[in-house]
Amino acid sequence: MDLGQLLHSLFFDYTVRTVALGTAILGIVSGMLGAFAMLRRQSLLGDAISHAALPGVVLAFMITGLKAPLVLMTGAAVAGVAGVILVIGVSRHTRLKQDAALGIVLAVFFGFGLMLLTFLQQNPDARQAGLNHFLFGQAATLMERDVLVMALFGGAALAVLGLFWKEFKLLSFDREFGATLGFPMSWLEMLLTFLLVIAIVIGLQAVGVVLMSAMIVAPAAAARQWTDRLGLMVGLSGFFGAVAGVTGTAISTLAGGLSTGPVIVLCISAIALISLLFAPRRGVLWTEIRRRRQHAELAMVLKGGRP
Amino acid sequence: MNPALEVTDLTVAYHDKPVLWDVDVTAPAGILMAIVGPNGAGKTTLMKAILGLTPVAAGSVRIDGKSYTQQRQRVGYVPQRGSVDWDFPTNVVDVVTMGRYGALGWFRRPGRREVDLAMHALEQVGMHDFAQRQISQLSGGQQQRVFLARAIVQDADIYFMDEPFQGVDATTERTIVTLLKQLRGDGKTVVVVHHDLQTVAEYFDWVTLLNVQCIASGPVGQVFTEENLRRTYGGRIAFVERDALATGGMALRSFAPAATAGGAD
Ligand SMILES: Nc1ncnc2c1ncn2[C@@H]1O[C@H](COP(=O)(O)OP(=O)(O)OP(=O)(O)O)[C@@H](O)[C@H]1O
Ligand SMILES: [Mg+2]
Repeated sequence: MDLGQLLHSLFFDYTVRTVALGTAILGIVSGMLGAFAMLRRQSLLGDAISHAALPGVVLAFMITGLKAPLVLMTGAAVAGVAGVILVIGVSRHTRLKQDAALGIVLAVFFGFGLMLLTFLQQNPDARQAGLNHFLFGQAATLMERDVLVMALFGGAALAVLGLFWKEFKLLSFDREFGATLGFPMSWLEMLLTFLLVIAIVIGLQAVGVVLMSAMIVAPAAAARQWTDRLGLMVGLSGFFGAVAGVTGTAISTLAGGLSTGPVIVLCISAIALISLLFAPRRGVLWTEIRRRRQHAELAMVLKGGRP
Repeated sequence: MNPALEVTDLTVAYHDKPVLWDVDVTAPAGILMAIVGPNGAGKTTLMKAILGLTPVAAGSVRIDGKSYTQQRQRVGYVPQRGSVDWDFPTNVVDVVTMGRYGALGWFRRPGRREVDLAMHALEQVGMHDFAQRQISQLSGGQQQRVFLARAIVQDADIYFMDEPFQGVDATTERTIVTLLKQLRGDGKTVVVVHHDLQTVAEYFDWVTLLNVQCIASGPVGQVFTEENLRRTYGGRIAFVERDALATGGMALRSFAPAATAGGAD
C-alpha cells in the first residue's frame, strides 16, 4: 500500500477510519490528562491504575458474561479507583512511601488479573476469547460503538478539565495556598485522579494495560519540552497523543500484521525522544551547545580577549 | 475591639509527638509581629495550624473574633518559597493572579481586572518588568517578591508569611520591609516567621518567642529580652547586640541562632 492509498483508507476505509478515530481520541484524552499527572508528579500513578484495571476487566466479564465496552470499562474503572484508594491507604497508614505502595498495588492487581485470565483460558468457553487483548491492546478490534463510548467519556473528562481549569492549576502549582483560598483541595485531587482513571480506561482496549502508562507519561514529557505555558503544554500533549495514535494506526495498517497498540507507543516514544533531544532551550542538544559556548566565552575572557 | 489574632491553648502533634504545646498568642490589629524560635520550634506548624492546613489536637484560633473559616477571605498567606515547584509551566503575572482566585470563586476565570491588580502589585514589589518572565528563570529573592505580590492582590486584613526574608539580599530585604510597613500603614496585621534576631526590634512591633511552647508573646519592648531569648534558644543562645535587645543587658552578638536557624534550608 502506498502513501496515497493509505491516506485514502484513513479517510474512507470504514475500519481504518474507525480505528484511527479511536486512537486519536485516546491520544488526546490521555495526553491532556497525563500533562496534569506529570506536573503533579503522579505519572507513576497512571501506571498503577492501568495495571490495576486488568482484574476489573476480567471480573466484569466473569460476572456479567458480557463483553460490551461499557461493561468492561466500568469494571476497569472500578478496579482502577480501588487501586488508587489502596495506594493512598497504604502510604498513609503504613511506613511505606508512595512509590513502594504504587509498586505493590500494581504487582498485586496485575498478578491477580493475569491469574484470572489464565483461569478463564482453561475453560473451554469460547466467549472469553479476546479478553487477553487487554494486555497489549488490539486497536483493530475497535468498532464504532467502542469509539462512540470513548468519545463520550473522553469528551466528558475533557469538559470537566476545562470547567475546573483554574482550580486544577492551583492544585498542581500550590496546593496549600489553594486550600487557604477556600478550595477543597482533597476533593479536587480526587476529581482529577478520577479523570485520569477515565483517560486510562478508554485507552485499554486499543493499547492495553501494560503499555497504557506510556500514553500518560510520554506526550506530557514531550510537550513540556516545547513550551513554558500550561495551556499550550496541555494542548500540545493532547496533540502529540493524537498524532501518535493516528500515525501508529497508519503504520500498522501499512505493515499489516503489526499490532497497533505497541506501534502507537513506539510513535509517542519517538516524539518524546525527539523532544527531549532537540527542543529549543530544554533539549539535550540545546543545553550542550549553550554549555560549550559559555565555556568558550569564559576561556576567551580568561585569556584577556573580549567575549 | 477584637484582637486581630487570638490563639488559645493550641496543641498540635505529629504521630503523638507534640510539636506545639498549649500555645497562646494574641495580637492586636495593625501591628507587625515576628515569630522567632530555633529550627523545629514549630513556627511553620503554628502558621499552618492557624490556617487550617494542619489538624490541631486541641485549642482554638480566632481571627478578629470569628473562626478562621468564617474569615478566610480576610486572611492572606505567603508560604515558604521552597514549598512549590518553580519549574511549573507558567509566568510571573499568572502566579500573582492566583491571589485573586479566592475572590473569583468557582469557575470564574481571571480577566482584565485581575491582571491589572497583579501588575500593580508587581510594581509595588519592584517586579513590574518581570511580569511575563517564566517563573523558572527567577532568583530566590525574585521568587519571594512574586509570592508577596500574590499576597498583596489577595487584599487581606491579616497576613501570615513564612520566612519571607530567607535567603534574600539587602535590596530585597529593604523592599520587603517597606512593603510590610506599608501594609501596617493600611491598617493590616502581618505575622512573619523571622530568623534574624538582630532585626527583630527594628522591623517589628510585636514578637512571639516560640519553642514548642510559647515562651513569651507581646510588644518587642517588653518581651524581647535576653532572659526570654535564653529560654527560647536554650544553651545554644544567642548573642544579640545590646541595642537590638529590648532591655539593655550584656552586649551579645547574634551567632548561634544564625548558624542553626538562618543557615538552614
Ligand atoms: N509533616 C510532618 N510530619 C511529621 N513531623 C513534622 C511534620 N512537619 C513538621 N514536623 C516536625 O514538627 C516540628 C516543627 O516543625 P516546623 O516546620 O513547624 O518547625 P519550624 O519552627 O518552622 O522550623 P524551621 O525554622 O526549620 O522552619 C519539627 O520537629 C518537625 O520535625
Ligand atoms: Mg519553618
